[in-house]
Amino acid sequence: MTGELKSGRQVVEGSYAVAHAAAMCRPDVISAYPITPQTHIVEDLSQFVADGVIDSKYINVESEFSALSALVGASAAGARTYSATTSQGLALMHEVLFNAAGMRLPIVMTIVNRSMSAPINIWNDHQDSVAQRDTGWIQIYIEDAQELVDATAQAFMIGEDPDVSLPVMVCMDGFILSHVFEPVDLLDQKDVDDFLPQFLPVRALDPDNPESFGMFVDPAYYMDFRYLVEQAMDASRSKIEDAAKKFESSFGRHYGGLIDTYHTDGAEIILVAMGSLVGTLRDVVDDLRSKGKPVGLLKIRAFRPFPIDEIKKAVAGAKVVVVLDKNISLGTGEGAVTTEIKAGMYNGDISVPVIGFVIGLGGRDIPVTTVQRIVEKAEDVIRNGIAAESEFVDLNHSHVRV
Amino acid sequence: MIPHAPIGEVGSSLANKTSGWRIFIPVFNAELCNGCGTCETFCPEGIVHKIEGGDTFAADYDYCKGCGICAAECPKDAIEMVLEEK
Amino acid sequence: MIMKEIRIHGRGGQGSVTAAELLAIAAFEDGLYSQAFPSFGVERRGAPVMAFVRLSDHTIRLRSQVYDPDYVIVQDATLIETVDVASGLKADGMIIINTEHKPEDLHLETEAVVRTIDATRIALDIIGKPIMNTVMLGAFAGASGEVTVDSIKHAVQDRFPGKVGEKNAEAVQSAYDRGVGA
Repeated sequence: MTGELKSGRQVVEGSYAVAHAAAMCRPDVISAYPITPQTHIVEDLSQFVADGVIDSKYINVESEFSALSALVGASAAGARTYSATTSQGLALMHEVLFNAAGMRLPIVMTIVNRSMSAPINIWNDHQDSVAQRDTGWIQIYIEDAQELVDATAQAFMIGEDPDVSLPVMVCMDGFILSHVFEPVDLLDQKDVDDFLPQFLPVRALDPDNPESFGMFVDPAYYMDFRYLVEQAMDASRSKIEDAAKKFESSFGRHYGGLIDTYHTDGAEIILVAMGSLVGTLRDVVDDLRSKGKPVGLLKIRAFRPFPIDEIKKAVAGAKVVVVLDKNISLGTGEGAVTTEIKAGMYNGDISVPVIGFVIGLGGRDIPVTTVQRIVEKAEDVIRNGIAAESEFVDLNHSHVRV
Repeated sequence: MIPHAPIGEVGSSLANKTSGWRIFIPVFNAELCNGCGTCETFCPEGIVHKIEGGDTFAADYDYCKGCGICAAECPKDAIEMVLEEK
Repeated sequence: MIMKEIRIHGRGGQGSVTAAELLAIAAFEDGLYSQAFPSFGVERRGAPVMAFVRLSDHTIRLRSQVYDPDYVIVQDATLIETVDVASGLKADGMIIINTEHKPEDLHLETEAVVRTIDATRIALDIIGKPIMNTVMLGAFAGASGEVTVDSIKHAVQDRFPGKVGEKNAEAVQSAYDRGVGA
């Protein structure tokens, strides 16, 4: 294997596509610990570095905790930094995630979404990153390999904006996107150099002018720093939209900003999802629309910051909102996206029934027929009202009594 | 106004003189001291050091909190904890 | 062209995932959109594995596994005893099996066309090793006409440069010639 920087439009693996995109963003420091299904990304990147095709410093570490800690230091010193992880690796980073965000360090990290143990399982759902939703990281969920490439470049622009200065997770579905081979327009170095400004940190460690980063803060200050992080999250809303628009004007491709909508105008049923499932749902919506059924789709790109205003606007005219959650917030009976949409709409002036479906956990496949059955349930809600606010989809009835 | 992140001056702990915390103060008896350095090793604040130009040890009383660990560890009983007059 | 879906059955180590990737790359060279991905099972040597390919003249958005394939490629005929290789296969579809037996001897429950090719023999004769994944791609190109043999050969030689690639391409051509109109 040699580290080769391919170019142009090619059929490549999703993992290669993201490694290539990260490389084109010229990270000064990369640090990561290999874990399935993220492995191919860091193999490709370390090969690029070893073969000298990119200039980055690659720090080998003995754990994910160390990987992110190394990047906290590098980012504080003003370096552009990149990592990738998944599942247990992300969980091991948990306390460093808070530190990176609280210290306002715009690290970009690809999350190759995978389920959480136990039981141990290496396949896709969104539990790992959804469980980190309160850490202060921006989270963007990706639909296909091309968006993955393009969103990686956008992530550096968003996070490094001085009004934001927050770390960003770019979340891609494990195996479904990490191991797929499909056509991708790889980014050209000059185009990325033109698109992505140089990283100018708000403040950086400087040996000639020493400062202490990550200081102890007492009750007189702590809450105010947390408020600043929330303000930065709020500021990132327009920056996420701007980055998507700037990318479109440079590269001609657009996937939505905080959200994307598909046939939501006049839709009575609006399906809501994040990640690669959105692609399957587009096919289902086209099929149902061709049969005269008023079904639309709302893709949540940014789960943090949560785009409740955009969601409310998109679903205002619908008769039922159907949320497909690849995660379960145990003890609430439903996925986090379902809960947050319901909470966000509660005090508003629109009232649309919201039902949730927990789906595709631990890599359980989501066939078109499953989505069609969900749409039928939504039609029943329109006719007869809500029977169940949330349910697990495609449980195996020979395994569990429902 | 606070900065965007918890960033501040370095060395601020030096400004925080902790001598006020102590009730007892360690008094070093150079006659009994054999210069082994156990007191320096065990001081949790890192403020016991060899006297400049000498072979015996002393605490920096600006920061000594009076914990008494040096006195407890000294193999020659050369350090005595004495009630400090304030 | 409406979307065509292909399911490849093999055993871990037989290169089913690589075959799917090469087929996607070849179809892309032919001007199609393509998508290749492994079945999300535990990969260990000898265990039954699947890989999937979709081909279309439109962007492929569907991300589920393939349930109703237009084509099935079976790299190892012994799988027929343990895996329902013809599951969901469209009635107007085709299944291509690596075996020295004739299609009618296999007694497969399918309305689809059944083709057989002794890919292991071709691989042994030309490549000198029982590596039949590229051979099966040649057979698929010949029997289905969905992808050109030249693109398959390019994809194979790009992945395996030098002598190995040349031998594989030769085996692809041989299987293709036997596959056309067989």
